Amino acid sequence: MANYTFLLILLMSLMAYYLGRAAGRSFVGGSTKPHSLPEHHGLFVAIWVAIPALILVLLWLFLQGTVIDYLLVESLPSAMVETLSSAQISLILSEVKNVAAGQLFSEPSENILAAAERYASWSQIARWAMIVVAAGLMSLTLLVSRSRLTLLFRARNRFERVIQGLLIFCSVIAVLTTVGIVVSLVFEAWKFFEKVPVIEFLFGLNWEPQIALRPDQVAGHGAFGAAPVFMGTILIAIIAMCVATPIGIYTAVYLVEYSNNRFRNIVKPILEILAGVPTVVYGFFAVLTVAPAVREFGLFAGLATSPNSALAAGAVMGIMIIPFISSLSDDALNAVPRAMRDGSLALGATRAETVIKVMLPSALPGIVGGILLGVSRAIGETMIVVMAAGLIATLTINPLDGVTTVTVQIVTLLIGDTEFDSPKTLAAFALGLVLFLVTLVLNVIALTIVRKYRERYE
Amino acid sequence: MAEKFVLGPVDWSGSRAVSRRKSRHLADRRLQVYGLTAISIAIGLLLILVTSLVSTGYSAFVQTMVTLELDISTDLVSANNPAKGNYREIIGAALSAQFPEIENTRDRRALTKIVTKNSHFMLRNAVVAKPSVVGEIITLSFPASDPYDQFNKGYIDPDLPEELRRLKDHEISWFNKLDERGLISTPFNFGLFVNADSRFPELAGLSGAIVGSFYALLVCFLISFPVGIAAAIYLEEFAPRNRASDVLEVNINNLAAVPSIVFGLLGLAVFLNFFGLPRSAPLVGGLVLSLMTLPTIIIVTRASLKSVPPSIREAALAMGASRQQMIMHHVLPLAMPGILTGTIIGLAQALGETAPLLLIGMNAFVISPPGGLLDASTALPTQIFIWADSPERGFLSRTSAGILVLLGFLILMNLIAIVLRRRFERKW
Repeated sequence: MANYTFLLILLMSLMAYYLGRAAGRSFVGGSTKPHSLPEHHGLFVAIWVAIPALILVLLWLFLQGTVIDYLLVESLPSAMVETLSSAQISLILSEVKNVAAGQLFSEPSENILAAAERYASWSQIARWAMIVVAAGLMSLTLLVSRSRLTLLFRARNRFERVIQGLLIFCSVIAVLTTVGIVVSLVFEAWKFFEKVPVIEFLFGLNWEPQIALRPDQVAGHGAFGAAPVFMGTILIAIIAMCVATPIGIYTAVYLVEYSNNRFRNIVKPILEILAGVPTVVYGFFAVLTVAPAVREFGLFAGLATSPNSALAAGAVMGIMIIPFISSLSDDALNAVPRAMRDGSLALGATRAETVIKVMLPSALPGIVGGILLGVSRAIGETMIVVMAAGLIATLTINPLDGVTTVTVQIVTLLIGDTEFDSPKTLAAFALGLVLFLVTLVLNVIALTIVRKYRERYE
Repeated sequence: MAEKFVLGPVDWSGSRAVSRRKSRHLADRRLQVYGLTAISIAIGLLLILVTSLVSTGYSAFVQTMVTLELDISTDLVSANNPAKGNYREIIGAALSAQFPEIENTRDRRALTKIVTKNSHFMLRNAVVAKPSVVGEIITLSFPASDPYDQFNKGYIDPDLPEELRRLKDHEISWFNKLDERGLISTPFNFGLFVNADSRFPELAGLSGAIVGSFYALLVCFLISFPVGIAAAIYLEEFAPRNRASDVLEVNINNLAAVPSIVFGLLGLAVFLNFFGLPRSAPLVGGLVLSLMTLPTIIIVTRASLKSVPPSIREAALAMGASRQQMIMHHVLPLAMPGILTGTIIGLAQALGETAPLLLIGMNAFVISPPGGLLDASTALPTQIFIWADSPERGFLSRTSAGILVLLGFLILMNLIAIVLRRRFERKW
């Protein structure tokens, strides 16, 4: 039904365009020149038909479900819903919808059958009402906007003003996304912190979120101390950076200072491939190849190695970050003014001395910025650790042990769980908030450093 | 003291100078070697990655098939209602006919496990599609079940002690006999692209995931492309330079670096919980992906708009165009190839994105491709994740094959982007 509504809006707007253009044409050829071209008159009418109707329909579609659910709950006998929690009510609602869709699993009760009938008829009414209301609105705006067209009507300016508004709205969407992220994270995390104190969450040493699932368990009884989770995240990030930083920087140094153009043109795209591989692929690679290799090595060296060791996950994450570090270091080294490099070479320094004593120190802010961005990536990376790291939070700095990370916990806490009032799900949002804030701070610092540094040499 | 500052003539060919020069050049050479080593490690790792995927994944592109002669007797299937026949019996009979020496029921039942568990449904569909075969003998091929498929592909070593194998000696001898009679074939595995997910590795395919990813990317494109271009046009061409536009700018740059899982949390809290959209739907996946792709498209579009020379704009303005006409008629069309290239690369990133899709439930077990934007579905990367988690040996090669398919799509998209750039790039 929604498809037909959108089709109707499209057809009505086309019609409006032609009507408006015809009106615009009728002004042409008189003694006074009209202010706007006929096309602008057409566009002016069309846009006034399309935009209000689109807003209406989208709002309608978003709110229809909620409103009908609310009405359904109200219409059920009060004895049936009064004592129930929101989760049980949503169970009843989904049963009603299943019955209405003709999926009967068992004999439904009288009330449910009646509600299902009501639901079906209301949905039907709502769908038709949407089309009728949209058509009415479009006719109204068509008439009003069409009646405003005159010889001297500034149709182009009016049209462009609306477009300008649309452009502004589109650029505000980016801000709305950020606001949406912050609000939803803070909102859910707030509910979590009402059950578990912040201090305990940040510094507690015991992370066992599964326990709180039991109804008789007092939530937050030492089960939500996230310190081991943070520790695991940091450990894996450190391993990743130990792999990525030297390889990335040495690669950049070689590409900037030693290689000829041909070599550079071959190597750079290969590194970009490394950056373009989806993280789920790296995750599978870690499980398939790297983790067994690490285990073999552990057996060989006589060390106890966990099957999902931090080392395997961190090393693969390091591979993922190599191209990131190398391209940012490459940019930073290239931004060093050529005169400084040439000056050093002219004084008789070797290329190695030039790189180490002149170029790296002056490119350092850019490289540090790149490393910080890499750290923020390592902390926020999800799939590699979900597949290759462990689930149990242990407080350790041994890279051969299994550790868990913030992102792993978010995914395991939320997969397959739709209930939104258990501390288990809310804990995921609290972890998400911490993750968002930490990566935000890292990004802001890194981007500021990089920008400041660029300005210095421009 | 003063004479210390007076440098005498330097003896450049003295042994000290020579050895110092040597060690300095050696240090230079060392740095060069370090650089080359770093590059070869990076490329070597990429090679290992690709090799390990190809070596485990190639075998999933073929499928072991068992060809059987089936007697569709009228005792078991009625010509009037072929959908209700006893097809399990027919297949059992066809297999027993190959091994008349097997008498006991236990072995006969084990015999039917050579072909996949859904064989009788396949036979039923074939007969229903062509009811005239009832009463005749037809020849059909069925996928072999996972252990036999693995054996045929050489993943089960017959020299291993029997109790460590998934196939016992007599089962292997059955299979070898069928092979000798020319009933075993290993054609290209079209099922990998035609079938949706299944609990049985030999039947599992990617079609549901491919369709789901396509829908999600479609939604992502339809939203992020127009919105991204509009936002970029405003920021680049119209926005006054003030605090508000600075905030917008910083915001967009930061949004591009927010971890993807946070977008998943946003989708879960806002789209699923607040607006009540259905779980696992490609529509929600597409909405989340579009929010992630938006910053990329905005940044790319701004760069493309910037690269259009001012002379074009000035010429348009001088001819009396309004600023919007100047942008819509002249600047935007000239910037379009660059924008399209960036958009395709952004969409390729979105195609590989997994974590946010997991949080909105696109890792469901769905056995048919989605019929619309609101049906439950998986996407390519989440399907890979599901298979990687499955214990059956057959799913290991399916996972690698799925990854190869995903990488194939990514390479294709990037190639299109490169061709676009080469073809339409203009130097002003």
